[in-house]
Amino acid sequence: MKIQIHSPSHYITDLRYPWSKHLTQWPPELFVEVACGIHRNVVRFISNKGRVYALKELMTPIARNEYNLLREMEEMGLPVVEPVGLVTNRHEGVSQTKLRFDLVGDTIDMTGRALLVTHYLEGALPYRIIIQQGIAVSQLGQMLDALVELLARLHLSGIYWGDCSLSNALFRRDAGLMAAYLVDAETSEIYPTLSDGQRAYDLELAELNLAGDLMDLEAARQLPAGSDPVELANSVVDRYNKLWRELTYDEIFETEDQFKIEQRVRRLNDLGFDVEEMEITTVDDGERVRMVPRVFEHWHHRRRLSSLTGLQAQENQARRLLNDLSRYKAFLTKHEGHDLPEAVAAYRWLTDVYNPSLENIPGDLKGSLDDAEVFHEILEHRWYLSQASGRDVGQKAATEDYIVAVLQRRKAGNFVAGDDSFVKTNQR
Amino acid sequence: MAIIKLEQVSKSYGDVDIIKGLDLEIRDKEFMVLVGPSGCGKSTTLRMIAGLEEITDGKLYIGDRVVNNVHPKDRDVAMVFQSYALYPHMSVYENIAFGLRLRKLPKDEIDRLVTEAADTLGLTPLLDRKPKALSGGQRQRVALGRAIVRKPSVFLFDEPLSNLDAELRVHMRAEIGNLQKRLAITSVYVTHDQVEAMTMGDRIAVLHDGNLRQVGTPLELYDSPQNVFVAQFIGTPNMNMLKMTVSDDGTQLVHPDITFQTPKDWKAGINERKGKVVYVGFRPEHIRSKEEHDWQNTAEIRSKVQIVETLGHEVVVHAKLANDDKSIVSKMDVHKTPKVGDDLVLEVNADKLHIFDGDSTNRL
Repeated sequence: MKIQIHSPSHYITDLRYPWSKHLTQWPPELFVEVACGIHRNVVRFISNKGRVYALKELMTPIARNEYNLLREMEEMGLPVVEPVGLVTNRHEGVSQTKLRFDLVGDTIDMTGRALLVTHYLEGALPYRIIIQQGIAVSQLGQMLDALVELLARLHLSGIYWGDCSLSNALFRRDAGLMAAYLVDAETSEIYPTLSDGQRAYDLELAELNLAGDLMDLEAARQLPAGSDPVELANSVVDRYNKLWRELTYDEIFETEDQFKIEQRVRRLNDLGFDVEEMEITTVDDGERVRMVPRVFEHWHHRRRLSSLTGLQAQENQARRLLNDLSRYKAFLTKHEGHDLPEAVAAYRWLTDVYNPSLENIPGDLKGSLDDAEVFHEILEHRWYLSQASGRDVGQKAATEDYIVAVLQRRKAGNFVAGDDSFVKTNQR
Repeated sequence: MAIIKLEQVSKSYGDVDIIKGLDLEIRDKEFMVLVGPSGCGKSTTLRMIAGLEEITDGKLYIGDRVVNNVHPKDRDVAMVFQSYALYPHMSVYENIAFGLRLRKLPKDEIDRLVTEAADTLGLTPLLDRKPKALSGGQRQRVALGRAIVRKPSVFLFDEPLSNLDAELRVHMRAEIGNLQKRLAITSVYVTHDQVEAMTMGDRIAVLHDGNLRQVGTPLELYDSPQNVFVAQFIGTPNMNMLKMTVSDDGTQLVHPDITFQTPKDWKAGINERKGKVVYVGFRPEHIRSKEEHDWQNTAEIRSKVQIVETLGHEVVVHAKLANDDKSIVSKMDVHKTPKVGDDLVLEVNADKLHIFDGDSTNRL
């Protein structure tokens, strides 16, 4: 048996696990129950040294390919599950007699079988679990948008997914929206760039798979009332095409309208994409300008927030936090009568606003929300309270009210998770 | 009619040529297998047919039309993948029908197509069942049902069985083969597994390093490989291959461990090859001990047993030659198994030799 470990921070080489056996024949007490989606392969979860890992049974070439692809995608900074290790040659060094007597049930030929080990994404959930908790049509739309954005990010990086579906992604709340993570790369391939045919076919597969996922939810009576699986699946094609066009279309404008370049870059940044370069050429004898953005997937806001504050957040969370940081910088500038360097403003925001707000939140009320999401919710709550009272209520008051009106009620189960109606109905 | 024709088709990524001037015709209703080692260009070829890869040069026809620039959706081809997840809350009927529902086909049309597909696949009695009530083989058939219900002109299979257990793989090979015959739809099947290729294809195209090395029926490839690559790629265990010299008078093929009389039917310009190097191949079933064959024309070879693989119905013996670093492989009678270290005197059936040019490695 051979265990390859990708990251030294993960020690899954515990030989008490029966690595040489098929997962279906491991003692059930070794596994932990976690939220997971539908798998076409055998997948189980183990907990080791406080971390949860997903183990997937595959034939060795497919497991190795997926392991290598996930590693490459992770290095590219794409939102994918973290590949931890690969267990191969599982039949070697185990006598047939031992196998026969050790196993429960039929013997399984382990020749060529491998286990792919990935780190379970905490706080990220399969679509079925999110939907079972109760979901509004608008949130389902956000989930589809997140999946489309993930697909576009992969395509920009030259990755053909080959099996985009709700089942093959996990979703995390991201500043009131959703962020999607790729969890299954069995069919994926990396190219220098994708052809239009590859993208179109990947999208066609996504539409078909989503239709299946949604019709299955419909059959289980879990689809939000009023949703049509066919219309929703069809809408994914439009969502993708709109996003792709925005990311890549050539724009022609008059030479004096130079501000359009900045406008375009901002629009792309707002979508969470980075512009590596802008190709500008003149057309019509120099009368007009053609602009072609070269967009790359670099998690613009995440990276910026991290460099300014050291905080790790999802892309939309990061955008929200950066907005608040800008607001605070403007306040400081006015209050102190001079412009502050960004790094100084970031430090002050962290120590004056962000950390004090979170320190006030009782740990048992946070549930599965990460700090950035809690902070985003406080900002939302502050906005609603301020709207209702016609003045800015301030961060401290907003935080105190949020604990009572939102977190305590949520813990008591008085509203559906993820539904923002609680905020609106609690305005004072 | 869905004939697929590739005319001088090339594919390059920058300076790297993946497919080099490929000429290949896949006949109507034919089951063509593309086989070759990893990186040979077989999957790229399949994807060019599907429209997923752009063609750098040459022409690709499906039927009468050139499809180089035709969108994948408009080529009327269906890609079949290694496995599909079945939807647990949907019945077998719904699992087959959902793609048609997405295309907004009328209900009675969906009903007709699903009924027909289920009938072809022997799934009719199971249409109301949920996936958890199906066996592994039945689930795979439902997955096939998803692909065939669309009634495409061409099926494209990209290593569809690579993640299945050996037993299910053998079962599904037969299922896919039978299904293709019943549906009579032109099919292209990619695999790296030559056993799969030999058992499934009407014809096989062997690719290596972006070039088509041979196309033919499984038997043609086995009995008359056109070059050393095909000779060694097709057949398990591999064909034995010795580097030999044509004697100066052209009457013998000489190796330090064995000498063959030049085959009488070998007319391949013997005069130009006197004293030259050739590769001589013979299959493991054409080298045996004297007591195990009744061949008329043989040559003796001595060796020492290195490995003995007992396969149940036969034994595969790997033996080291005395004057060559190479080993030879023989399929022997299971009741006469030698032991590792034994000296072995074997005979090669000299009527079953394959001779290849020493430079071009093409068949002579």
